[in-house]
Amino acid sequence: MTSVADFPVGPAPVSRRVLGIGAVLIVAFAVVPALASPYVFDAILLPFLALSLAGLGLNLLTGYGGQVSLGSAAFMAVGAFAAYNFQLRLGVSLPLALGLAAATSALIGTFFGLPSLRLRGFYLAVSTLAAQFFVQWALNKFGWFSNDSASGVISAPKIAFWGLDLDSSAGRYFFALIVVTLITVLVWRLVSGPEGINLNAVRDDETAAKVIGVPVLRTKLAAFAISSAIIGVAGVLWSFAYLRTIEPEGFNLDRSFQILFIVIIGGLATIRGAFLGAALIVVFPLLLARVSSALFGGVIDAGVLKLIEQIVLGAIIILFLIAEPNGLVAILDRARARLGRALRRD
Amino acid sequence: MMDWLNFLFGVEVAVGGLLSGVMYALVAIGFVLIYKTSGVLNFAQGAMVLFAALTFVSLIERGVPFWLAIVFTLAVMTMLGFAIERSVLRPLTNRSPMVLFMATLGLSYVIEGAAQLIWGTQVHRLDLGISNEPIDFGGIYVSQFDLAAAAIAAAMVAALTLFFRFTRTGLSFRAVADDTFAATAVGLRLNLIRSTVWTAAGFVALVAGLLWGARLGVQFSLSVVVLKALPVLVLGGFDSILGAIVAGLMIGASEKLAEVYLGPYVGGGIESWFAYAVALVVLLVRPSGLFGTKLVERY
Repeated sequence: MTSVADFPVGPAPVSRRVLGIGAVLIVAFAVVPALASPYVFDAILLPFLALSLAGLGLNLLTGYGGQVSLGSAAFMAVGAFAAYNFQLRLGVSLPLALGLAAATSALIGTFFGLPSLRLRGFYLAVSTLAAQFFVQWALNKFGWFSNDSASGVISAPKIAFWGLDLDSSAGRYFFALIVVTLITVLVWRLVSGPEGINLNAVRDDETAAKVIGVPVLRTKLAAFAISSAIIGVAGVLWSFAYLRTIEPEGFNLDRSFQILFIVIIGGLATIRGAFLGAALIVVFPLLLARVSSALFGGVIDAGVLKLIEQIVLGAIIILFLIAEPNGLVAILDRARARLGRALRRD
Repeated sequence: MMDWLNFLFGVEVAVGGLLSGVMYALVAIGFVLIYKTSGVLNFAQGAMVLFAALTFVSLIERGVPFWLAIVFTLAVMTMLGFAIERSVLRPLTNRSPMVLFMATLGLSYVIEGAAQLIWGTQVHRLDLGISNEPIDFGGIYVSQFDLAAAAIAAAMVAALTLFFRFTRTGLSFRAVADDTFAATAVGLRLNLIRSTVWTAAGFVALVAGLLWGARLGVQFSLSVVVLKALPVLVLGGFDSILGAIVAGLMIGASEKLAEVYLGPYVGGGIESWFAYAVALVVLLVRPSGLFGTKLVERY
């Protein structure tokens, strides 16, 4: 007879996973800051962290919960503008504003999640577009949200609180990194606990889940709320730490698709997937620009490059869906297994 | 007197809305064709509208006669349809509808990018020779172009209906839509039929692209009409051509009326989301749309 303990939980034994996570944290907190230049912080690491967090939030809803959302960018916008207004009007410190922004996004996310109680599949996916268009319209239309700024583009307040000044590139990186790390731990606890199992049950078979006593309605709405809260925080990081400006235009439908692509490319229903997907999405255009300038000099102009980028990105999505539906995570796991076998053989 | 004028104005707005609803329906029908036979919500339909219109207008600009340009564009759309079936849909056979949807999302990026890479990103003017002068119907002004567009749409729907009823290919489309397994069992060639459906959707995309293009100019924003068609689809049901038309009319009219009578109170510009709000409210009562088949959940 085999006991449960004979089977490894998850992709690797727990002890080795802890080791791996420790290594990643050491690299992220010590090695990267020691090596990175301001350009690397500003152009690669900060957007990477913000998009990873957004991907993590969407993955909770789409990967673990099975509800496809095309309105993620709207919740990023809600988070960013909420944090801005809480700081501006109530004078709260940034960490508190971050929490309040998350709560606001959760509230609005729950509201736009209400259709999920009655709609499924495509009908739900399309109805999440309502959030996308409504939020963008409201933020553009009512000057109050942007403090009646003439251009609609506001510069974000400095990242400074509790006597700390984190406004340098490295400071903003550490701020974003700490936020992302904390939320990742929370998400990890959530999906490996009973709530996560409920979420999977609702995704896999709603009727069966209801029969065995999973509170389907509450689980669905909670998924929308938590996912939106995380995406809202990602929006704060995106505009406060990365762009340092807040404007509705940056949170358009293309951004929503980008976040969905991160989840697909990285791997549905995995935590690592969001990070791998975001890394690819951030690095790929930079790499493409480098390659084209190395190969063709300045012959290809920026507009054409943008189109090529679009085509290749679309092709990558299709390719992943066809050849590796489990995303980069699966590729990484396979590579690691092969490497492990090769090492053991020696 | 004032009341009468206001009333006339309201009717004029409603009629204008109904006619622009026809334009929405035109795009939505392309979706319905593909959804019915392959269960795919084809997000790339908007990109196909752009691609067809861009190809057509670029041919015209190079001095190709009108009908030859139509034939050539149709040939290109046919090739595109077969290529999509072969390279995207066939490898994804038996995967969940959501995966297929996301694949068409990727596809829309590829087609949009390719269309602009081949034909350039500038705005092209497209003149179909239909005047845009309004006609006076007892005090109500209606755009001549919109009427012509509605007539063309009606003719297209009639042609599609005849095609589905009386031709061998059309009947096999319906057989596949009804029961894919049974259709395969009696020897219908699924792959060929699906490619043909994509070609038919390409034809619808061409018609929609020409009419929308004549109105807005042929440019990137044409592919955004897909966002106008989605609420129409949700409202009408994904698998009903009749639903697409009725919902298109409803959404067109209510959108324009809301913009005129509700817009001033909230600052205007509500067209971007109002259609979605209408669709959602109706869906809360009827979750599978007005004419959609009662939902069969297939995640």
